[in-house]
Amino acid sequence: MPYVAPSTIDEACDFLRSNPGSRVFAGATDILPQSKAGRRLPEFLVDLKRIPRLTGLNVDDKLWRIGASTPAAHLTRDSRLSGEFPGLVEAAGLIGSDQIQTRASLGGNLCNASPAADTGPSLVVNEFSAVIASPEGERTVPVTAITTGPGQTSLTNDEFIVEFLADRPAAGTSDAYQRFTPRTEMDIAVVGAGARVSVGPTGEVTNADLVLGAVAPTTVPIVGISDALVGRSLDEPGLERAADLAKEQIEPISDKRGTRDFRIHIAGVLTKRVLRTAAERAGAES
Amino acid sequence: MTSTSFKHIGQRSIRPDGLDKVTGKARFGADYYLPGMLVGVVVRSPHPHATIKSIDTTAARAISGVKAVITAQDFPEISHEEAMSGESVVDFRDLSHNVMARDKVLYIGHPVAAIAATSQQAADAAAQALQVVYEIHPHVLNVDEAMASDAPILHSDLDPDGGEPTNIAKRHVFNRGDTKQGFARADVVIEREFTTKQVHQGYIEPHAVVADTGEDGRSVVWCSSQGHFLVRDQTAKVLGWERSRLKVIPAEIGGGFGGKTTIYLEPLAVLLSAKSGRPVKMVMSRDEVFMATGPGPGSRVRVKIGATSDGKITAAEVWMAFDAGAFKGSPVGAACQTVLAPYEIHDVSITGLDVVINTPKVAAYRAPGAPIGAFAAESVLDEIAEALSMDPIDLRYQNAVEEGSESTYGPTFKLIGFKETLEAIKEHPHYKATLGPNQGRGVACGFWFNAGLGSSATVSIHEDGTASVLTGSPDIGGSRASMALMAAEVLGIDETRIRPSIVDTDSIGFTDVTGGSRVTFATGMAVIEACGEIVEDLRGRAAMIWGAEPDDVEWQSGQAQHSDGSKPPLSLAEIAGSAAKTGGPIAATASLTARGVGPAFSTQVCDVEVDPDTGLVDILRYTTAQDAGRAIHPSYVEGQMQGGVVQGIGWALNEEYVYDDSGRMENPMFLDYRMPVASDLPMIDTVIVEVPNPGHPYGVRGVGEVGIVPPLAAIANAINGATDVRLRDLPMSPPRVVDALSSELNGATGTPAG
Repeated sequence: MPYVAPSTIDEACDFLRSNPGSRVFAGATDILPQSKAGRRLPEFLVDLKRIPRLTGLNVDDKLWRIGASTPAAHLTRDSRLSGEFPGLVEAAGLIGSDQIQTRASLGGNLCNASPAADTGPSLVVNEFSAVIASPEGERTVPVTAITTGPGQTSLTNDEFIVEFLADRPAAGTSDAYQRFTPRTEMDIAVVGAGARVSVGPTGEVTNADLVLGAVAPTTVPIVGISDALVGRSLDEPGLERAADLAKEQIEPISDKRGTRDFRIHIAGVLTKRVLRTAAERAGAES
Repeated sequence: MTSTSFKHIGQRSIRPDGLDKVTGKARFGADYYLPGMLVGVVVRSPHPHATIKSIDTTAARAISGVKAVITAQDFPEISHEEAMSGESVVDFRDLSHNVMARDKVLYIGHPVAAIAATSQQAADAAAQALQVVYEIHPHVLNVDEAMASDAPILHSDLDPDGGEPTNIAKRHVFNRGDTKQGFARADVVIEREFTTKQVHQGYIEPHAVVADTGEDGRSVVWCSSQGHFLVRDQTAKVLGWERSRLKVIPAEIGGGFGGKTTIYLEPLAVLLSAKSGRPVKMVMSRDEVFMATGPGPGSRVRVKIGATSDGKITAAEVWMAFDAGAFKGSPVGAACQTVLAPYEIHDVSITGLDVVINTPKVAAYRAPGAPIGAFAAESVLDEIAEALSMDPIDLRYQNAVEEGSESTYGPTFKLIGFKETLEAIKEHPHYKATLGPNQGRGVACGFWFNAGLGSSATVSIHEDGTASVLTGSPDIGGSRASMALMAAEVLGIDETRIRPSIVDTDSIGFTDVTGGSRVTFATGMAVIEACGEIVEDLRGRAAMIWGAEPDDVEWQSGQAQHSDGSKPPLSLAEIAGSAAKTGGPIAATASLTARGVGPAFSTQVCDVEVDPDTGLVDILRYTTAQDAGRAIHPSYVEGQMQGGVVQGIGWALNEEYVYDDSGRMENPMFLDYRMPVASDLPMIDTVIVEVPNPGHPYGVRGVGEVGIVPPLAAIANAINGATDVRLRDLPMSPPRVVDALSSELNGATGTPAG
């Protein structure tokens, strides 16, 4: 199967436009097993890892930029990123295994569009946006606009994600990601939960967001979490309320990885745990 | 004989096959390539139960590159004939019908045709083009469905009770004494019911074969198996060939655990090669491995045990139904024999049913059947200990079999080390360590017979004083290293000067499978015997050189020594160097049926922590004590002990075949068939107990299998310790644990044993 590795964004765009049967990839950690499982391969595989802007991490006074093809192992090794987005880094550190993480990327994890993708909830809860390259030029969209269903994205065949952007978190804000799997690694989330919590100077919650994965065709931002927690220190009644909100707003399926009822139960458990962890990181009293 | 009297045995020598395995140079089943080789594929049934109305191969044959297509019509129809094959019984007609369906398909994945072509693409296209017309029947996927009164019947000739055909292939019954009286003497009687799901052996290497059949009608086969003689003999039987027409060359084997003691692809590859005149290679994909090979049985089991208030077991009743998959032959018979074997119980009643269902035919899996029985019996014993407020090890110790005990399956035990394993665990620091919240500790024991069977060895001494040790036992647990150590001990030379090899079916005498924990014991016995003959020969040659009598020559530390010290010693290398003058080449062969098998016992303790919110069970600490008789190579004894435990942990916690309503396995991949990964496990601590087997020159007992027997119950008992909830249905996966913790119904009594 033909393989091309463009070294610039323009070169990649030109190739994709003139070869509509192409498919871009980064770490190939999903494409390779899919091809072995008999899924039809594209005419050309286009490797995006050779384009400098797509690999690497950058931070300035305001903004984080994460190249879409940067291996997860680079994220988990970056102490600045771990300090500011510990939850996103936790999620990246749960993809597959150590070996897989030397290849797997945020862009690939998002565009493979598995409802159970580990980094999805963290990207969404931290309000990352994605810079998309296409033959028409670049545009920036919220990450929630990328995945539209299992295996489905809003990107056309000649588009790809260049990098992810997010504001640096303010003081007193942090995030967390937790998932439930029967095994410690080499497994796929039964439920994944990303949370971001901000706390005020006296330790009271000033904002809280929660996004769940593997409980619907795409990640589910849970509505009303801030209302449940803001203005109070982190207490059990508030967390119970948050868990109830989560359980009410998800539509999980039953499959070999978990029944609907079990997923709803676990979503409630993880909601409380992940919000507590994020709040503690942000400086809340536990 | 104490272990200190050995110079080589008991050393942790470097395994001779290690370097090739870690560098990737070792050749496994799929690593063989021959010029002109074709790709062979299997066309498999998409239905769990159907009659084959017709197969039209015309379109498949018309595809460019297709060189041969075979169906059941190309195989001889053979009649029912049961024979021992390794340690299990094989019915050659069933075997033939399993490798290629004839008339009926009995599970999704059942082969209906095989195709050889010049490329994978051509073979796959031909498989798509093959036209098979099926008449679909209802199917059954577990023992309950199969034994229902209105169940569809898989085979028209299974009727163990006489009368209408059923799905019960065989009823094993063992009654001794009077259980009614026994239970009447008991102060506590506990009866419980258990279920387990089918599990796969999970070997990392898929089945793979290359066959090259010549114009002379002879075929050479390269494949990975637990016994290339078994492959030769079963393949010959299925093809209706004389055995000497087949030469099977053993590849390295990437795990078997019992699952590679039967054949699947080999007769297809041989026949495709014969039809095409080209070598044919066939390699299963992982989903083929799951859907068409292996599994161990699923089951429903009831156990009732009574004991006096001071902890003496008075009687036991056991009823077990095991699924056999599509053809008879589940290991329920072995389960009946092992389920109560660690204990002295006179009044017993044990019934086992072998039940056919529409899934792949079950294959041997490490101590076949025993873990399922032990899961039930050791769980009930734990409840009895709890009811009597006794330490669970004390209860077991009080009833433990020892030398002279009459076993629950008949024979009287010779010297065994069961009590020593109980003592080892009770005295281990693990047993006294404190537990935290949500943590619990469980113990359980296990028994396995071990096997003897036939083995051969050829030993050659080379002119430079090095030696070759040839056997026919595929090395799946480090047995090359053990063979070298035992040969070194007899010959008195360093094991690094001995090269152990596993050779093909034309190059050594018949050897049974690497199974039944028998290789170090039985093949080792052949090596010891052949080396002993060599030593006799060397003594004779030394006597010739010295002009002395052989009786005047002693063999010590690799040297011939004159009994009166009148001559300087002659080393093995010196004698070998002048072999041409003393009678020519030095070699010896031993072929034997190994008698004096020593059974194996294991006692294990496990600590778990249960997450009460998610049901996740974390194995915190695990210690296993096992009687090895004599550990020839302690590292590989420990490896076997640990490997058995790890497979038991997987079986206990997450592994299961999940079938949808249509009979299709939903999780035929390692992602969703959840075997434990390294990070799920603590280091498995081992205590090797050595109570020498009087039936072996060095006291060896088999060690490969018994380690998988106790974990299912040890973990269930530990979960009970952590949560006060008893789980009796495997796997004890998070959803099941959450359900059990939230259920008020725990503790319900099972229905009476029938």
